[in-house]
Amino acid sequence: MYLLVLFFPLISFLTLSCFGRFIGKDGIITIALMCMFLAVTCSMFCFIEVGFFGYFCIIPLLSWFNLNILNLFWCFYFDTLTVIMLFVVTFISFLVHFYSISYMEKDPHFIRFISYLSLFTFFMLILVTAGNYVQFFLGWEGVGLCSYLLVNFWFTREQANKAAMKAIILNRVGDFFFLLALLLIFFCFKTFDFLVLYSISEGFEFISFNLNNTNYSIMTFISFFLFLAAVGKSAQIGLHTWLPDAMEGPTPVSALIHAATMVTAGIFLILRSTFILEYSEFNLTLITLFGGLTALFASTTGLFQNDLKKVIAYSTCSQLGYMFLACGSSNYSVAMFHLYNHAFFKALLFLGAGVVIHGLNDEQDMRKMGGLFYLLPFTFVTMFVGSIALSGFPYLTGFFSKDIILETICYKYNFDAFFCYILAALAAFFTSFYSFRLLVLTFLSEYKGSKKIFFNVHEGDFFLWFPLFVLSFFTIFIGFISKDLFIGFGTSFWLNSFIFSNFFLESSEFLPTYIKLLPLIFSFLGIILSIFFYTYSLTFSLKLFNLTLSFKNVLLKNIFIFFNKKWFFDIIYNKLIVYFILFMGYEYTFKIIDRGLIENVGPLGIIRFFFYLTNSFSLLQTGFIYHYFFIIFFGSLLLIFFFYLYIYNVFFSLSFIILLLGMVILNLIFLKKIKIIPFILFK
Amino acid sequence: MFYMTQNLFIFFPVLYLFFIGLLGIFIVRRNLIIVLLSIELLLLSVNLNFILFSCLNNDVYGQLFSFFILTVAAAEAAIGLSLLVIFFRTKFIISVDTISILKG
Repeated sequence: MYLLVLFFPLISFLTLSCFGRFIGKDGIITIALMCMFLAVTCSMFCFIEVGFFGYFCIIPLLSWFNLNILNLFWCFYFDTLTVIMLFVVTFISFLVHFYSISYMEKDPHFIRFISYLSLFTFFMLILVTAGNYVQFFLGWEGVGLCSYLLVNFWFTREQANKAAMKAIILNRVGDFFFLLALLLIFFCFKTFDFLVLYSISEGFEFISFNLNNTNYSIMTFISFFLFLAAVGKSAQIGLHTWLPDAMEGPTPVSALIHAATMVTAGIFLILRSTFILEYSEFNLTLITLFGGLTALFASTTGLFQNDLKKVIAYSTCSQLGYMFLACGSSNYSVAMFHLYNHAFFKALLFLGAGVVIHGLNDEQDMRKMGGLFYLLPFTFVTMFVGSIALSGFPYLTGFFSKDIILETICYKYNFDAFFCYILAALAAFFTSFYSFRLLVLTFLSEYKGSKKIFFNVHEGDFFLWFPLFVLSFFTIFIGFISKDLFIGFGTSFWLNSFIFSNFFLESSEFLPTYIKLLPLIFSFLGIILSIFFYTYSLTFSLKLFNLTLSFKNVLLKNIFIFFNKKWFFDIIYNKLIVYFILFMGYEYTFKIIDRGLIENVGPLGIIRFFFYLTNSFSLLQTGFIYHYFFIIFFGSLLLIFFFYLYIYNVFFSLSFIILLLGMVILNLIFLKKIKIIPFILFK
Repeated sequence: MFYMTQNLFIFFPVLYLFFIGLLGIFIVRRNLIIVLLSIELLLLSVNLNFILFSCLNNDVYGQLFSFFILTVAAAEAAIGLSLLVIFFRTKFIISVDTISILKG
């Protein structure tokens, strides 16, 4: 039952990719949905058995590779952390499969799309159920690959190609650090197994290695590299630029990969490696800082974006920052709770945006939308539910986890945590601001696009609205339902998933009321201001946020450009790194090494050399017998020479050769065939 | 090998004959008949070599073998002359310089 969760998506992928053409569209839909539904059922079973009944489960399936001291197994590891992710991944994946049946209906590559989705689900499940770091890495790379394939799904679009390349290259940076972490883990612990690492890591806290007469704690290094890997995958500040660009892919992909599951793999890595991270105070501080900065950065950038999906993408980035924040303050269960909640309402927001884009004939620019409240009422309701959950409206899903993150970080009472608290509280304000900006610009304000499109706007069919309905149900209730289970007082839900050093969860209940209310006030302020800005003073807000070129005030214009251009991250990266690497790659690696050295020594050089050699050898074949005899004669002389050289010595063989040659010359003189100079002199 | 160096002078006539034969092949270019004669000379020198060795080793098999070589030489001469006749019929010349159709 446990392994079936993994195998149903694989079966779906293999069937669709191999026989999809012969089965037909109805068959494809049936198989994919059936497989995914069964996977959801099995994962719910796992959730109940592991989560509620507390049966921790390990399945060592096969031997993978067996080197001298490295014995690796296909080991599947089902603890609470895994089963939560299993449920989230299979559930969202099922809904997204369901949704894409209608969304991708007209696409000629429908089969490919569904099979990629199934493959992605399979790799994500490999990642979450991995029992050792190498298997984890397999899943990690697999989801990266599927992300590339799905972002680049419409491969004829140049923007999609660029975005996919960017996604995979920036992910490679993280993967590189992951590999370094793997090497260090093996160097230090001689194992990759989570269970063994969990047991022994405590003894390695003060183990250090010496470099340049300085001692470095090995735990700090391992956790630093793991942290950087997580930064790459979870799109934290610095390596985040791929996530907004990845919105070039189809919307279901954005919902599944770039909101609910794949981007949370970095958080999952951190949650999985608590037994290493917990022993490095430095890295926890770093994680906190990165989380806070990302939360603020992404939410401010989201304020000024005009693309509907990019706003939601930056919101994802910001929420991932919140999760990092919770991880950094050692509130792992809270981070997991936020991940779990965020998956539902962010998938909901993306799928709702998909309906809007679908209805508006693939229009993504918010400046050309508006007034859709009357045409897409159901979508508006679901998007509204998602948005208020995102901004932390009380008793909706986002509220429980987001509030507790802010409270615990506030209670930590050290400088970096308090700094990050301020950042995160501001981010909460901006989050509610851009969520309602999105809602107002899309649904409530006047329609600003073309008339032709407006008359064709329609609500989606059953396949489109049903996932929205289910997800909005979850968005409203799941936080309330599972709050006590996840972060309730003295919950035994987590078994041994984390090393708990989490003392703030209970004590944060005793914060002063005004601090507890502060995030709430901020989000309400954001909502009210946003509605005020975009409905009652639309002309002003248009001036401020939409029409860049009409600015009279240079400072305002510069501020606007700064946020609209995403804090200039892309430009700085391009100018400093990308152009330099491109130049080096073309001028040196490509021109000198690839097409110069390797080409001339390698294939082309060998061809030229042998061409020359065969040409010169074929000159030897003249067709005249006496030429051949000449060669045979001198060849045999040489042979004799070397033969005597081998047996006697140089003088003997030389004298022998000279004797033979002398005889030849004597012969020639007798035959009067050559007229050499001494001969003439004798005359 | 030892007595070969000791009695090297015995083999001088043999070598002399052999080299005359060789040079006759690749220096004389005018006449195919001379080439044939040179080949005969080569075979004769080899024959002489066999006989000398058989005398030195007190072994009669070398002398026996020389008879075989003589037969082979006779057959070879016959084949060579017949080839020569055919060549003359086709090309009306027997100069060695013209025989270059062996080239692939």
